[in-house]
Order: sequence, then structure tokens, then C-alpha cells
Amino acid sequence: MYIDSMTAIEQGKLIKKGEISAVELTKHYLDNIKKNDKNINAYITVTEEKALKKAEEVQKLIDSNSIDSPIAGVPMAIKDNIMTKDIYTTCASKMLEGFNPIYNSTVYDKLENSGAIILGKLNMDEFAMGGSTETSFFGPVRNPWDIERVSGGSSGGSAAAVSSMEAAYTLGSDTGGSIRQPCSFCGVSGIKPTYGSVSRYGLVAFASSLDQIGPIGKDIKDCAEILSIISGHDKKDSTSINMPKFDFSDCFENDNIKGMKIGIPINYLSKGIDDDVKNCILNSADIFKKLGAQIFEFEMPDTDYAVAAYYIVACAEASSNLSRYDGIKYGYRSNKGEGLIDVFYNSRSEGFGMEVKRRIMLGSFVLSSGYYEAYYKKGLKTRAVIKNSFDSAFEKYDAILSPIAPTAAFKIGENIKDPLKMYLGDIYTVSVNLAGIPAASIPCGFTKDNLPVGVQIIGPTLSEKKIIKICSAFQNNTDFHKRTCSIKEEK
Amino acid sequence: MIIDNELITYLEELSRLKLDEEEKEKAKESLSKIIGYIDVLSKLDTENEKEMSHTFEFSNVFREDVLKTSYKSEEILKNAPDKKDGCFKVPKTVE
Repeated sequence: MYIDSMTAIEQGKLIKKGEISAVELTKHYLDNIKKNDKNINAYITVTEEKALKKAEEVQKLIDSNSIDSPIAGVPMAIKDNIMTKDIYTTCASKMLEGFNPIYNSTVYDKLENSGAIILGKLNMDEFAMGGSTETSFFGPVRNPWDIERVSGGSSGGSAAAVSSMEAAYTLGSDTGGSIRQPCSFCGVSGIKPTYGSVSRYGLVAFASSLDQIGPIGKDIKDCAEILSIISGHDKKDSTSINMPKFDFSDCFENDNIKGMKIGIPINYLSKGIDDDVKNCILNSADIFKKLGAQIFEFEMPDTDYAVAAYYIVACAEASSNLSRYDGIKYGYRSNKGEGLIDVFYNSRSEGFGMEVKRRIMLGSFVLSSGYYEAYYKKGLKTRAVIKNSFDSAFEKYDAILSPIAPTAAFKIGENIKDPLKMYLGDIYTVSVNLAGIPAASIPCGFTKDNLPVGVQIIGPTLSEKKIIKICSAFQNNTDFHKRTCSIKEEK
Repeated sequence: MIIDNELITYLEELSRLKLDEEEKEKAKESLSKIIGYIDVLSKLDTENEKEMSHTFEFSNVFREDVLKTSYKSEEILKNAPDKKDGCFKVPKTVE
């Protein structure tokens, strides 16, 4: 149907013109979910009744001119680690199966006020720990481009839902690449914003100093619109930056990037990267050159240490954050054992999956006395080194262009048995979270097997406008983001 | 670094987790590999670096200490696995 090729903003215009109603559009997406999700598994919960009711309400607001938002009436979905009142929020874990939040996250409140229609909650790696959505208690998300392959992760459901037309746009969260990598694998666009620019109130904490919510959409313009709505200071999040919401309105009229300096860390492309991916990245550098940008090759120092520092910091924070799951206040409780301590041990051991257990134990290890100095403190110092490397690069360049992952989407089951191999797949994304800076992922080509590949545009703190301008210039002159896949049924 | 049974038991205790035999073997193997990899950091000189827990400075956020209503206790208890008389119910903790 023609709607499937339209962006969220285009659909919003159609509703405003009265050519389609919010209810009709919602029904269309619910049909797409029924048709496609048995093969994709992007959704954990579909809120059909709520969506149709909300669509009626929003349509009334539109008819009476009481709402002014370009996405009013457009259906969307949210990663299942972001709280939605009276809608199950499970973090794809047995630990939170059936958990029903009593309050909304700030981001969902803001979207609801803009007339968003929620279709449901999206599958992910358990507690956002993973890069393939294979650690989900509800089974892996399959890649719409090839259902034998992973969607990426941890926001695998959020990326796959957009590429399989099961939502107009979605929210994901990014702790070490969890928005950017699935976007690359599924051929859609996404932004990991500057740390503190989007409220984390109501985001279930994994690694609090790294987590950030961001948008996923068909193109960068949709992402910019959603990011602008969800951004801005929130007194409920003490790490929220005191800033107004982003205004990207002037990024699209004039997306001339002539003379802009873009650096490519050439050491990112020298080893351990798939040839097809490398060619896509180099090709996108050529496209930027043709658009008038100046391209510089440089060595990004100390990036070999990023994965190690990331897993120290992320797991240390996770081991602390996940100590709240005790089987008492909410979540899964084991019925085995006698006393209180048994309830803690058994509920956690039965409720968490192996990857979550591994990371909690790794976090406990780096924080334990005797290892604290050598690991945790060293990790924090390495984080400073990595931040300094970015600061020096941004003295010379407006933005950095880099790969997102060493390969395109891999086969389901291919890497899951080797956690270290999986962790090393995060090499191009984790340093951005350690430095707290923004980065976008946009489609930039395809492998020989017709799998999408994304390119990462990284900028300094709060340079979202510049990043969006660069991505917009790219998408106005290429059609990688417009290509669609047809989902093949399982043989 | 070798992760032996003793260390696994210690980490289980710190993490309030009990692994079965198969999980223990998996944890020993993968944690040895991962911590072995993390040891690359010893090659990086961080002598003069400050520990960075956040990428920018935060100040404490204070508010006036005024009385206001919060969630009702029925709401808070809605997701509790076990409850009684408006309280969380837990197994016997004192003999």
C-alpha cells in the first residue's frame, strides 16, 4: 500500500488534509503487524484496543484544530524498557513478565501530548544487554531483510518494526550502540542523542551514565522531529541538561554542507571489518565529497581500549542497578526456598537469563575489593582518555564518519555462544557512549547478499543540528533509505 | 587471569545469584576470556588521568521540602508478588 512508503511526517500531513483518518491509519498498521510479526517477532505486546481508542480521541483533536503537531495521529511503538502506564513493560525478561507500570516515562508523556498513537511494546535483548536481540526471553527478532538473520540489538524490535512497516517510527535506547547497530542491520535511520538531552525518567536503568533514549525512523527528518519532541530539560531526571528542546526546523531548508570538514578514522577500516561494509563506508565518504564536504583521513588513537573500558563501566553500573530485582516489591518471585535470602537468590537466578547474569557477575568482579583499582578505576580513567581523543578530533573536524558494526546482519545463532566475539562487535559504537556525544546511523549501501549497511555520523556534545544537516544532505542525494524489503516466509 | 570455582562462588555471593553446574562452566569460560581481553588496558598509560564517571559536571538537584501526595499504596502494591494488609509480604526473616 502507498502508505508504507511514506514517512511519519508525510502520513501526518495526509491526516491533516483529511485524506486518511488516524483510525484508518492505525488499522492499517495493526493489519501490517498481524501479517508480518509472526515472522519478525518485533512486538512483545500489541495494544490494539488502546490504539484504536486513542486514534479516535486524537482524530477529534485534529478535527477541532486543538492539536498542532506534525505527527498527530501517526502510529508508533516503544522499546519495552521504557515505562508506559498500564501497558506491560517487561525489558524482555522473565523477571518483569507482566509488570504493569503505574506511571509514564517523560518521553512517552511528551509523545502522547503530541498526538502519538501507541501500537505496542517492542522486543529487545533482555535488559538491553546484547547486540542481536537473541537474549530476549520472548525469542529473537528476525531481520525483515532476511528472516534467518538477526535484527541487531539491543533495540532490535524498534529497528525491525520500522523496516517491516509495523510502526511509522519507534523509540529505542542506546547504551553502547543499541539504536545505531540495529538501524544499520535493518536499513533504517536512528539517533543516539547527547547524554542528558533526553530525559531518562521512566527508562529502566542498565548503565545510568551511558543510557540514552533516541528515535528510529524511515529517514533522518522523522528522527529529527521525534527527537525534538522528546528532548529538553526534565526536573525528574537529575542528569538532564538544562536546555530547551531541540529545534531542527532550519536543518532541512538549507542542508548545504559545502566546506564542512569530515574526518574518517582510517584505523577503523584497517582490520577486522568486512570488505562489503568497508566499501559502503568509503563510498559514502565519496558521496559527501561530491556534496562539497572536505574529507580527511586520520588515526583515532586509543580506540582499541574502548570495548574493554565500556564493559567495565557498563557492567559495574548494571550490577548495581539490577540489585533492585529482589522478588519483593515487583517482578518475578521464586516459590522455592525458606527465608528471605533464599527469595533473593532464587528469584534472581530463575528470573534473569545467562547474559544478564554474566554481566552482573562481571560488574561485581570489577567493583570487588582487590580488583576495584585495577579494573573499575582503570576503566574510568580510560574513559577520560577516550573523551580526550574525541575532543582533539573535533578541534579539527566538524564531524566523524565511521562504520557502525564490522559486518552486516549475521545469522541467528552464529555469535551467541561466544560472548567476547559479540562484545567486540560493539567496537565502533561504545566510545560514543563513553564520551556522552551524539551520533546518527543512516543507511549507506548494501552488501552482495542485499543486506543493508549503515554509516555513523558522530559529532561533539550537543551538535545534533550539525549531524542532522549532514545526514539530510546525504539522504536528499541518495535513495538507500528509501529501499524496502519484502519479508519472505520461513521455508 | 584464571577464573576458578572459588572466585565464581564469591561472585555468585556478591551478585545474589546461584548458578547451576552448566551455567558455572559457561561463566568460568566466558569470564576468563572477557577479563583476559579487558587486561589490554594495562598497556595504556593512565597515570595522569582523572577517573571520569560522567562526561560533564553535575550539581546536586535540590527542591523545597514541601508536603505533597504521592502514589496510593494500592498502586504501589499492584505489582508486588505477594502482599497483605497494604504491605509487601515477605517470608519469615527473624526466628
